[in-house]
Amino acid sequence: MNVTVRQRAAAQRLAIVDCDIHPALRAPSDLHPFLPERWREHMKTFGEHVRHGLTGQLPYPRMMAAGMRADAFPEQGPPGSDLDLMRRQHLDQNGVEIGMLMPLSRAGMEERNLDFAAALAHAVNEWQRHAWVKQEPRLRAGIVVPQEDAAFAVQEIEERAGDPAFVQILLSPRSSDPLGHRRYWPIYAAAERARRPIGLHVQGYSGGHASTGSGWPTYYLQEHYAMCGNMQSTVVSLVFEGVFERFPGLKIVLIEGGFAWVPALCWRMDKHWQHMRAETPLVKRPPSEYVREHFWFTTQPIEEPENPRDLAEIMQWVGFDRLMFSTDYPHWDFDDPQRAFKAQLSEAQRAAVFRDNAKALYAL
Amino acid sequence: MRVPFQGAIDCDLHPALPPTAALLPYLDPYWRDQFANRHIDRMSFNLTSYPPNSPLSARPDWRGTSGGPGGDLDLLRREALDRFGTRLAICNPLHGAIALFNEDMAAALCAAVNDWVARELLDREPRLRASIVVPMHDPLAAVAEIERVAQDRRFVQVLVLVMGDLMLGRRVHWPVYAAAEKLGLPIGIHAGSTYQRAPTPSGWPAHRVEDYIAQSAAFENQLVSFVSEGVFQKFPGLKLVLIESGFTWLPPLLWRTGKLWRGVRPEVPWLDRSPAEIIRDHVRLTLQPIDAPDGEMLLRTLDHIGSDRMLLFSTDFPHWQFDGDDVLPAGLPDETLRRIMIDNPLETYRRLREGGEIGDNAHRKETVR
Repeated sequence: MNVTVRQRAAAQRLAIVDCDIHPALRAPSDLHPFLPERWREHMKTFGEHVRHGLTGQLPYPRMMAAGMRADAFPEQGPPGSDLDLMRRQHLDQNGVEIGMLMPLSRAGMEERNLDFAAALAHAVNEWQRHAWVKQEPRLRAGIVVPQEDAAFAVQEIEERAGDPAFVQILLSPRSSDPLGHRRYWPIYAAAERARRPIGLHVQGYSGGHASTGSGWPTYYLQEHYAMCGNMQSTVVSLVFEGVFERFPGLKIVLIEGGFAWVPALCWRMDKHWQHMRAETPLVKRPPSEYVREHFWFTTQPIEEPENPRDLAEIMQWVGFDRLMFSTDYPHWDFDDPQRAFKAQLSEAQRAAVFRDNAKALYAL
Repeated sequence: MRVPFQGAIDCDLHPALPPTAALLPYLDPYWRDQFANRHIDRMSFNLTSYPPNSPLSARPDWRGTSGGPGGDLDLLRREALDRFGTRLAICNPLHGAIALFNEDMAAALCAAVNDWVARELLDREPRLRASIVVPMHDPLAAVAEIERVAQDRRFVQVLVLVMGDLMLGRRVHWPVYAAAEKLGLPIGIHAGSTYQRAPTPSGWPAHRVEDYIAQSAAFENQLVSFVSEGVFQKFPGLKLVLIESGFTWLPPLLWRTGKLWRGVRPEVPWLDRSPAEIIRDHVRLTLQPIDAPDGEMLLRTLDHIGSDRMLLFSTDFPHWQFDGDDVLPAGLPDETLRRIMIDNPLETYRRLREGGEIGDNAHRKETVR
């Protein structure tokens, strides 16, 4: 590869905000400084207690290189665990002005033992602050919370509300109940008070339910697709439970869940709300209006219609002000900011999607 | 108490699992390529039900320094076989292959595990026998694997987990039972879950100990499933072995299903006898864990079961179910112990009676300690 040409190209690019970067632990012991002894022992002895049959690994093995970019492996530790490599290979290379950290594993969201989940979430947040944001001013953290314990989640949010390192609150859309349920409302109230959006990233760990309404898929291909359905049911729940009437300042970011399905879902919700609205009096307006006002969507993995113009149309329908670029570094289906978008966008549209929407939403 | 004589048949023993890379030689080129490309060969395939470092997964003195819980073959020989004077022992590999959703991958990996067991355990230690690991969520693939592996007569049983996606009595599984009956293999149902469902009807407990306690309720429901669906009427030669199930819950189940059956017989007209009679004929349970303290109540509970034919000796090595050599309940007469340790296993597993060294010869080898 011709390094000088690539470096020159990078310099000419639009500086971007990457809304989905996955940091990884070099080893579980990276969390030790932030975990009380009691939980360090627990982690070693009992490990994570999740709702899948295999421990320490996902039940749908990923594709190439465990779901990672084959070139993203540092000399030691898994991809995403080496800040220098991340800088060199991604932040510098792709002109990332700001990058959103999205810690996935051991993040406390899937842990069944809620005391452990709380300790883990706290430790992961401390780790994000010390090992990443403090070391690299381009990075921002997300507040991981043990969402099935709303009281603790609120405590964790409030503790970090004044810390500019943390720009959003991360929940799992594969929750134990649909996220519109009232047991989660204290989290939304805290998010509103803290003026932080809720980021919902697709998850490999279940909250106790099969990944489709008709049961468990067989292949990773299906499991991956089912994440769209998970995002849809989450949107429907939040809208029809009246969450946005109760929390008008609440903002939701759907991360890695696609966006091309959004118009079709909105049409369907609106149509059936018309005839059924007596059932959900909390929903005062057509559901699509809540979606238009309260939801943002990250772009990776970008849809690739046969005719690239079709995608521009969908983006128009969703709203160019609601789409935010993401790469998913260092995962295998990484979207390269120079190559991922086949649709022609205007300069203004590009600036909005690749940078300005995220800057506005996260007050960067 | 300790075993009073030599020659026991251990019906539940867990060898340490191989690292996945060690299974590559037993996979075809497509899967070898997939495993390498996808880094699946670096995965551990430990079941959530038995995390390696959990106290349940290995007794402190059976943890071993290499090879995971249970250690290497030398430790297994010394601690699981020699220590109890065991003549034969059935290996039940608790491998995560059965928890994969990809049925093709699960089938390939199950086959690799079975072949690895034959080469690395059965070939190297003549006292060992094994259960066949099968992808139960794909019954036809399970049948194919059973028919393939059962040609090696050191495989004496089909192994499935007590908690999977569907109740085991359902007809979708019947091809597996037909194959097992034809080949004279009991169906061994072992504790553990693929966690495709919440482990309890009230949802997901927070703690591992709660999940483990919930296993016995799962065994109860599976037993009721087998009986109610008429599996034993359809396959009169089929035997079921409940492994690591505990057994103290059994008498109340026999009583309650009997009463229920009398009330609802027209719903299940194929049941021509009371569930207790059917269960005593077709179902066996391994000894460990003994979920009661030694003493009169345990002896009374054994009596409540109403048959001395149902329990099969097991150590559950290396799982932590008892300390020292205290593997048997105290206070049982020798003839009952002999049934549990030798006769019942031989009657349950036809294939254990085969071979010159095994069978009638065995009784002569017994020596009182």
